[in-house]
Amino acid sequence: MFKKTCLSVAIAALLSLSFAASAANDPDLQAIREQIQQLKQSYEQRITQLEQRLAQAEANSHESVPAREQPAVQAASSSESAFNPAILLVLGGTYGQLKQDPAVPTTGFAMSAHPGHQQGFNLGESELGISANIDPDFRGVATLALASAGGVTVENAFVQTSALGNGLNLKFGRYFSGLGYLNEQHAHTWDFVDQPLVYASLWNNQLGEDGVQVKWLAPTDTFIELGAELGRGRGFPGTDRVKNGIGSGVLFAHIGDDIGIEHSWRTGISLHQTRRTDAVSTAVADLPGTPGGVNNSFSGDSRTAGMDFVWKYSPDGNSRYLKVQGEYFQRRESGLLTYDTALANISDRYAATQSGWYLQSVYRFMPHWRSGLRYDRLDPGTASVGALNAGNIISHYGFQPTRTSLMLDYSPSEFSRLRLQLARDNSRQGLPDNQLFVQYIMSLGAHGAHQY
Amino acid sequence: MNKFLFLTLLFISTASHAALNVFACEPEWAALTQLLAGDKASLYTATGALQDPHRVEARPSLIARARRANLLVCTGAGLETAWLPVIVRESGNAAIRPGNSGYFEAARFVQMLEIPARLDRSDGDVHAAGNPHIQTDARNFLPVADALSKRLILLDPANTGYYQQQLTTFNQQWRTAIARWEKQAAPLKGVSIIAQHRGFPYLNNWLGLKQVAELEAKPGMEPSVAHLSQVLNELQQTRMVLRAAYQDERPSAWIAERAHISAVVLPYTVGGTAQASDLYALFDDTINRLLAGLK
Repeated sequence: MFKKTCLSVAIAALLSLSFAASAANDPDLQAIREQIQQLKQSYEQRITQLEQRLAQAEANSHESVPAREQPAVQAASSSESAFNPAILLVLGGTYGQLKQDPAVPTTGFAMSAHPGHQQGFNLGESELGISANIDPDFRGVATLALASAGGVTVENAFVQTSALGNGLNLKFGRYFSGLGYLNEQHAHTWDFVDQPLVYASLWNNQLGEDGVQVKWLAPTDTFIELGAELGRGRGFPGTDRVKNGIGSGVLFAHIGDDIGIEHSWRTGISLHQTRRTDAVSTAVADLPGTPGGVNNSFSGDSRTAGMDFVWKYSPDGNSRYLKVQGEYFQRRESGLLTYDTALANISDRYAATQSGWYLQSVYRFMPHWRSGLRYDRLDPGTASVGALNAGNIISHYGFQPTRTSLMLDYSPSEFSRLRLQLARDNSRQGLPDNQLFVQYIMSLGAHGAHQY
Repeated sequence: MNKFLFLTLLFISTASHAALNVFACEPEWAALTQLLAGDKASLYTATGALQDPHRVEARPSLIARARRANLLVCTGAGLETAWLPVIVRESGNAAIRPGNSGYFEAARFVQMLEIPARLDRSDGDVHAAGNPHIQTDARNFLPVADALSKRLILLDPANTGYYQQQLTTFNQQWRTAIARWEKQAAPLKGVSIIAQHRGFPYLNNWLGLKQVAELEAKPGMEPSVAHLSQVLNELQQTRMVLRAAYQDERPSAWIAERAHISAVVLPYTVGGTAQASDLYALFDDTINRLLAGLK
């Protein structure tokens, strides 16, 4: 500012001098005046610029932080490993203490799946997950389950599009179906040691498919997702079709939103259809009371409809929360049932509607501690049996399997969890069971984000 | 079905018509975007000030909001790894995928502190890219604002002049504010503090606070009484214990009571306290609370 004033004074002095030098108003003087005026303007401009620069330099000296983009990843030690995919290894194990033989199937569901439990110490859900972007358009995911007896099974191995846009997601390969709420969740994220009875009986714990899934998310503020799957019919109740064409189809819709900042929810409906061919069930109880049961075979259509909901409440955020969820499935099967394939081998029509539901709640009462309560119930329904088998097949059991489970888990960190579960299992008529499980779930390596 | 279609159309038609849909992961970036984009952007903030940004869930509402976002403004540096990847993937929105112009990570534009020399989970919840809590140093907002403004211009070139004007105004006002805050905070220089979570290295670096202990034995693990007792024994001339508004108050209250020091709650982000209503008020309130803690 001082410089500017000096210059103005100098110019003014120069001007007055020139005026004094000549009183005349001749063209020369006019030209000189214009030149001086231009000079003055030019100096003032440069001074202003200098001042601005100075101010900026002063301000910049406050910053210790350079305004430059840093590389997100440190240069990896070797270019070979720089593109290694994310690897997650989950180590899980369970100790089970059961009063009854876990091989006895749920009453009325002998022709459904029966994943059962294991007694004593056993390596539970150990799995290896590998995932990475393949290129700008695709992402690949593989999950290998390590069986306790040795051997590896492919749980998931799918490719997912990442650049379709417009709310579209396409998945193909082997994946967990998007139906219901629990079906897509991996065992290490379950809130209880085991799946609800309805999942165990109707989906053999989890429906895995080989096929194609397309999902579309509506461009709305409320979460509205529609999905469809076409598959081989690999997972139960499918019978692993090995012919051309499609073995199973799934449709699902999910809606969800928040209520304020503390509540969130999601609800959905699902439909599943498959054609079952020679689905053999072993040790099925019959009306004549054959010791050890008989083997039956069923061929026909299987249609399942389901509803699911989950509601989460987390005061002020998320260190403590309450989660309530429930699902209901109903399956209608109709076709031809062959009774006692080994001896009698009598085939006639058969139709049954079975259903089941569960309701569970998990409460994180301290940062590391959660408790949970779950109630399961199944309804074997009343089967409509053709005349030839009316004296062989049990059409009405008059018993509804139930189970109540209580869980307590402790997570020293995000990556480790220890769990204790007690259950009163009334799923087998006349064989009430008190069950105790102790479980550990540990995850190593890249710990990916979890689904809702 | 018709009813459903009608509802869908209704939702679409009532959506706002601002040029840019911005999905801000944390309130501080929403506030900065607001200052730089004004009414040219329609803002959605994914987390509240009282939520731990490490532990947000990939809720359906977040996925739905990300579906139509043109720009995601997040901290990065691993702060949102527990939920953001699922949201980006499930949203089916290619524009906001990492690497595309709709994905903005503030941490890329500032000098990161506490970049771990070794990566081992036995050290707790460490972030490979450095400590992600960059928003506690007001100076960090200058390079982030510069980069964010450029990104807004890239996505919405029609309003280039407006964004440049907003950035110039912000830079001037923010620099004035920084000078004021630094002057106000002069008494805090060299003051010894304890932090509940390793969340204040940028604040300490800026204002010259001296952190002597942490209440979490390992980052991201809730303080245990055994560790708290150990910290208590190590205390020497500490003036206060700091915690962010979203954290449990009990550990710092426990230490404060026994060590006879002040427990100071810092807003940590816009909205963390009633006073921290915008980005300027966030630092006004932070410094006021620190100064009050000296007494």
